Amino acid sequence: MKAYLYVGIGGAVGSLLRYFVSFITLYFFGNAFPYGTVAVNLLGAFLLGWFTSHILYQTNPSLATGIGTGMIGSFTTLSTLSVDVLFLWENDAIMALLLYVTISMIGGLFFAYAGLKIGQKQVDS
Amino acid sequence: MIGWGFVAVGGFFGAISRFWIGNVVKRLKLTKLPLATLIVNLIGSFFLGYLFAGVSEHIYSLFGVGFLGAFTTFSTMNVEAIQLLNGKHIFTGVFYLGITYLIGVLLAFYGYFLAIN
Repeated sequence: MKAYLYVGIGGAVGSLLRYFVSFITLYFFGNAFPYGTVAVNLLGAFLLGWFTSHILYQTNPSLATGIGTGMIGSFTTLSTLSVDVLFLWENDAIMALLLYVTISMIGGLFFAYAGLKIGQKQVDS
Repeated sequence: MIGWGFVAVGGFFGAISRFWIGNVVKRLKLTKLPLATLIVNLIGSFFLGYLFAGVSEHIYSLFGVGFLGAFTTFSTMNVEAIQLLNGKHIFTGVFYLGITYLIGVLLAFYGYFLAIN
């Protein structure tokens, strides 16, 4: 049961951080391109990859789940990505749409992989 | 300031709901495909598309940015995909990503058009 509470608190924190990033990027760069979603998603993919190899999963699994599944999982978002695509489509921003999807698809895999590799190296040494 | 409170409350319940679905689906042990994440991401995309058609700012903060934003996840999806690809489940990994992006976007459009019509 403790894991559920940790995941909930992590979810609140992760969502607030995501909201904060989108707030900042909208203020500085506007809404022609979803910079905020790209930033949280790629950073989050790296962090979750890295954190997945973390020792905390053995020593305190509930807390680790709160941080990994709760906080980092909620920091990133797939629903916003889908709706960003809808938004760009509605605004006839096809180049931005293709760029956005490409960056998310390739970047997400790349950053998750890099995070996992770096995390494993740290655990091994 | 009240918007931040809505986002936090929505995020709290969105993350718990995703975790709960994950635990239920994991127990079924149906397939190598990360079904739980796929389900939350597709359902979440549909409903966010629906809300995107137009609701009040506070409702969007609570259910859209908070709940659905946290309910769906990009980081977990990519880590799962890498683990599939690393484990030589190339087809499952590619299929998983392809179906999430393609059906996710289509469901967002579908939710949106259901809401405006």
